[in-house]
Amino acid sequence: MSLGLLLVQGLNGLQFGVLLFLVAAGLTLVFGVMDFINLAHGVQYMLGAYLGASLAALTGSFWLGLVLALPAALLCGLLLEWLVFRHLYDRDHLSQVLATFGVILFLNQAVRAIWGSAPLQMPVPPLLEGGITLLPGLQYPVYRIAILAAGLATAGLLWLLVERTRVGALVRAGATHAPMVAALGVDIRRLFMLVFGFGAMLAGFAGVMAAPILSVDPGMGDTVLILAFVVIVIGGIGSVRGAFIAALLVGLIETIGRSLMPDLLRLVMAASPARQAGAAIGSMLVYIAMALILAVRPRGLFPVRG
Amino acid sequence: MRAALVVLAALAAAPFIGFGEGYVLTLLARAMILAMAAVSLWLLVGGAGMVSLGHAAMLGIGAYAVVVLDDARITDALVVVPVAMGAAALFALVTGAVAIRTSGVHFIMITLAFGQMAFFTTASLAAYGGDDGYTLYGRTTIGGQRWLENRLVFHFLCLGLLALALAGGQMLLASRFGRVLRAARENPLRVQAVGFSPYPYRLIAYGIAGAIAGLAGVLMANAAEFVAPSYLAWQRSGDLLFMVILGGLGSLQGAVLGALAFVLLEEWLGHLTEHWRLIFGPLLVLSVLFLRGGLVGVLRRG
Repeated sequence: MSLGLLLVQGLNGLQFGVLLFLVAAGLTLVFGVMDFINLAHGVQYMLGAYLGASLAALTGSFWLGLVLALPAALLCGLLLEWLVFRHLYDRDHLSQVLATFGVILFLNQAVRAIWGSAPLQMPVPPLLEGGITLLPGLQYPVYRIAILAAGLATAGLLWLLVERTRVGALVRAGATHAPMVAALGVDIRRLFMLVFGFGAMLAGFAGVMAAPILSVDPGMGDTVLILAFVVIVIGGIGSVRGAFIAALLVGLIETIGRSLMPDLLRLVMAASPARQAGAAIGSMLVYIAMALILAVRPRGLFPVRG
Repeated sequence: MRAALVVLAALAAAPFIGFGEGYVLTLLARAMILAMAAVSLWLLVGGAGMVSLGHAAMLGIGAYAVVVLDDARITDALVVVPVAMGAAALFALVTGAVAIRTSGVHFIMITLAFGQMAFFTTASLAAYGGDDGYTLYGRTTIGGQRWLENRLVFHFLCLGLLALALAGGQMLLASRFGRVLRAARENPLRVQAVGFSPYPYRLIAYGIAGAIAGLAGVLMANAAEFVAPSYLAWQRSGDLLFMVILGGLGSLQGAVLGALAFVLLEEWLGHLTEHWRLIFGPLLVLSVLFLRGGLVGVLRRG
């Protein structure tokens, strides 16, 4: 494991982390404000990727695809909210889990029926092709740097929005004292819808950005969803700041752990078992980290409520 | 328990009243095995109020215990069953020790994450087929005899163990232990005030449910003579949870009714169209929205 490889894996990890953050941010806000657990949030990420890829193919331009996919993802989110989710806000978490699980089954299959089971391809835009030289003889793709930058910029905007604007103040207040906010004359249902649509759009944005570097297939939302859950549990449910830190942490552990573990184990055992055990331990690391953090802090790193 | 007794009697009669074909018996065995897993999950959700979204992992660990022993050419039930149940119970106790410290949504997400951990671990076991799964050399033997190869014997073994799990679960819920568990579901503060700590009770219940699911996993591995990481996929956990809710949380027999209804519905829709989940997903949503109390609730009202 050379320094250069470690640098590349570190960048990959951070970039995966910001994508996770964009998905987890919506999840944690929706949960924080509405006390609503939405398993179908990963589907928004998948829809973003599919919409982006097919709109880009249709228009012939990545940028048009990106710009058109965002409102389309927003519409899908609002439609789901209107059709299903708003009937679940005052039900228990078990009902919410099951109903949104049903939505996942439906949408995963719908995507398969519309686009087929084979992964879609989305080309990297010409503007962001090629690589930059990090170290002598070590290239890193520009597109991945762009994802990192766009993710960090979105995170910054989100922070401004939540911490420095009137709407953000309402969202924060709604997360801790929803009945009080409603009593002060705020239309809490509309606030819910706003947060929900916004979260869906963020997840869709992450999906579009991930489409050129990951395979766009019907199960892609589920993998991200579960890691996003780990992120918001570690970060403290409802906390955007916690989600950001936890997302970077999870992205780094997941990426570096998987590539580093087999090499580390080779120091103490033979090559073949080291590769196997390393792969197993590498994929468990995120969950072990989560268990350790929760053993010390059962409500996550930045608990919002009590 | 009347509905469950009727169902069990019907299952016992099934091979002799025209449902004895291989294909039908395979389907019924699958339904009974899933019903057993659903009973174990019901004990957690309905009995203790712990909503686990990682229960398929317990099932899968039981099935993988069969695989590991099969690879070492150990197939006797006297070894396989205790090892499988023990492994699943141990996993439940270790992950439960962390998960039960939390509650509500945290518990749902943590059990989901631990389930995924088990899933990825089995997928990386290259020695046992990795992603592709592992085909058993043969079914589990009993005292060196290959009785389980016989369809009828296997059918009645599944039925007997399901009845045992149902009766055992019912006794557990009625016992002093079960009463503490149910009281802690309703009001943990009062239970503490009376002088009980809910934590050890919940942890033991989690371990017991894990062991029962592990046993179901042994049967599952035997039914298909094949085990793959997809047994542990989180969608399986969602399916199990749906069976429990479809049946209803009002009574333990709901788990059996829910599992049977689930398997038959899945089978029927699968015959109709390749994209059966397009119908199944919305049905799930509708049943959550409108079928409160589950099938047990419908039977009571009707």
